[in-house]
Amino acid sequence: MIQNLWSLGLVVVVAAITFLLGYVGSRRANTTPDFLVARRAIPATRNAAAISGEYLSAASFLGVAGLVLKDGIDALWYPIGFTAGYLALMLFVAAPLRRSGAYTLPDFAEARLGSTNLRRFCTFFVICIGVLYLVPQLQSAGLTLNTITGLPAWLGGVVVTVIVVVNVLGGGMRAITLVQAFQYWGKLFAIAAPTFVLFAVFLAGPGNGAQEVDDAGVLRFHKEVSVTTTEQVRVRVEVPMELKAVGQVNGGHANGEVYWGTGTYTVGKGTELWFEKGSPVPVVEDAPTDNAHWLKPQTGGLGGLFETYSLIFATFLGTMGLPHVLVRFYTNPDGKAARRTALHVLYLLGLFYIFPTVLGVISRQYLPHLLVTGQTDAAVLLLPSTMQPNVLGQVLGAIVAAGAFAAFLSTSSGLVVSVAGVVSTDILPGKVRDFRWATVLTGAVAIGLALVLPRSDASLTVAMSFALAASTFCPLLVLGIWWRGLTWMGAIAGLVVGGGLVIGSQVVTVVSSYTGDWAPSVFSMPALITVPVAFLTMVAISKLTSRQRPDDVSRILLRFHAPDPLGFMRDRDVQRFGTAEEKARLADGTRRDPPQPWS
Amino acid sequence: MSKHSGPPGQPDQPQPGERDAWLSVAARKNRRRRVVLADPRGRGRVLRTIIELEEQTSVGEKLIRDLIRQQLRAAFLLGGGTLTLLALLPLVFYLVPALGDVELAGVRLPWLLLGVLPFPLCYGAGYAYRRLAESHEHDFVSSVDR
Repeated sequence: MIQNLWSLGLVVVVAAITFLLGYVGSRRANTTPDFLVARRAIPATRNAAAISGEYLSAASFLGVAGLVLKDGIDALWYPIGFTAGYLALMLFVAAPLRRSGAYTLPDFAEARLGSTNLRRFCTFFVICIGVLYLVPQLQSAGLTLNTITGLPAWLGGVVVTVIVVVNVLGGGMRAITLVQAFQYWGKLFAIAAPTFVLFAVFLAGPGNGAQEVDDAGVLRFHKEVSVTTTEQVRVRVEVPMELKAVGQVNGGHANGEVYWGTGTYTVGKGTELWFEKGSPVPVVEDAPTDNAHWLKPQTGGLGGLFETYSLIFATFLGTMGLPHVLVRFYTNPDGKAARRTALHVLYLLGLFYIFPTVLGVISRQYLPHLLVTGQTDAAVLLLPSTMQPNVLGQVLGAIVAAGAFAAFLSTSSGLVVSVAGVVSTDILPGKVRDFRWATVLTGAVAIGLALVLPRSDASLTVAMSFALAASTFCPLLVLGIWWRGLTWMGAIAGLVVGGGLVIGSQVVTVVSSYTGDWAPSVFSMPALITVPVAFLTMVAISKLTSRQRPDDVSRILLRFHAPDPLGFMRDRDVQRFGTAEEKARLADGTRRDPPQPWS
Repeated sequence: MSKHSGPPGQPDQPQPGERDAWLSVAARKNRRRRVVLADPRGRGRVLRTIIELEEQTSVGEKLIRDLIRQQLRAAFLLGGGTLTLLALLPLVFYLVPALGDVELAGVRLPWLLLGVLPFPLCYGAGYAYRRLAESHEHDFVSSVDR
């Protein structure tokens, strides 16, 4: 109970600081450019902190440690991919994209290829990716609040949605930049402090609650444990065992002592299981059941190899297509600053990802019961109080909870701003009022989906939106920036084929998860196939329709690539957005000193 | 900040009309102008080359094509190299399972290779690219600014 108060207190503090910083930022934000691009006057280091703060989502903060706990070393490809994606973004996209002066991806597509049809397709996929990314954030918020306070899971998602929407309504991009820069450092502290303390405790010896591993490498419970499932899970048993179960097992009723031989068991929702001390740990399906497989890379055979490469394709190439990441780059003053910002982000991300990995490894020793329920995303939240059942553990647990909350808030803010930006300019007329309506609409749709869709690991769901981004916007951006031959018909064909394949395989995955998991892993990890197919389609159709090549392609590429001092860069959106008065104010602004950069 | 305003029509930039064909009429009128008051380099001469670039004379076209090729080559070398190096790891682990048992300072080698190494590697590649790209751009500006 005391832990709950600590955690709840810190979560409230994070929410309050978010509001406060948002308020401070929003007092100065009153023009449309303020709202949408924070007046493009943010220094590179702060912008990098804001980008990292926005990027480190629930998938990074909770999901990475959870997957390391469950899948072992092969899960390390998630943090690697999340970081290396920025390298690809920096090398191929950052500076030219910033110089294109477009605010959203549809803006870029239209400026490059001059087609409003293409623009509509881009809008559709931006909304798809944004919402697909938003759903796991809100669901994880529910899980966090549920884990630390026992409040119902839907409440966490609703709370996060309300805070984000109110904050974005208040000040748009300008307000959330400061909020997100703060939240990066908040998150880094929230994950680094517990890691240092717990790692020291861990090194000091297998103290209280360390789990036993026998000579065969089989996981065993170190004490009597009772586990209650929150949803239906399929678990694998390698070593026969006896346990007590109350609820649904394999479709039938169970009430009392049962014997489980080797095999898989389906445990229904709300079933309570009691394990004896020293009993082997049943592990959720598809995860390694003993420590030898957990420790060694690539033990999953060819299928595992395929999954790893698919993940590499999705994350390495998907980052550049994420709308909430791209929109941040438009707040840089020029192309060179965009490149420097991306470099700084690489450093900040590398710094962060060491910690969840360490926490995941330690939690394997202390939290085996999470392997039964499959709720491994909660590992980071539960580890401090499990390892240190005293005030220290409570304080650390509270810090972690607050950090997780900051992760949901910042990522969701960024996503809501970018999706609302696209909705307000492409579907609505594009004034500040429309942006506000779009914000409310985006928040409502996302929370609705988060409540309806079944919950799975945050990192897996997020990997799906990376796959979608890698199969749609990555080819569009890379070919659009570096290849003269791209045509709008080729671009549309690539988007439709790549995006269609990913969405189709996602549908197959969801259907198969309801009807007995028959789909092979090609469908849950499609990027290895869909990304090359999207690239090839785009190139082939562009070659076939080479007459549609825009006449001014040389001029456009000149704008993308000419160094900043030559002054070819044009900020397109400032003129596109806004009412007549705002435009007048902008024009007026050119006749006096530029406004003080907001710092 | 070097962005100050000046009276319209200052010959520091090409005429707005040609370059901003994609803007609306109102936007073209209100466009913000960048005027550099004290620049050591002769802006007049730069202007001529900029117009050359703008109008896609064969010289301008060649200049910008070369720059794009240079930047793309640097990006491919550094990015491709780093990403290929990382992407080879799973295959190596798959083909040589014995690597999983090698220990280095008490930690298994694959954990070091995957948990620590990629982050400085990515930063290093990014840093090298920033240096290269900026020097390419610097060279380009000085070749324009003859």
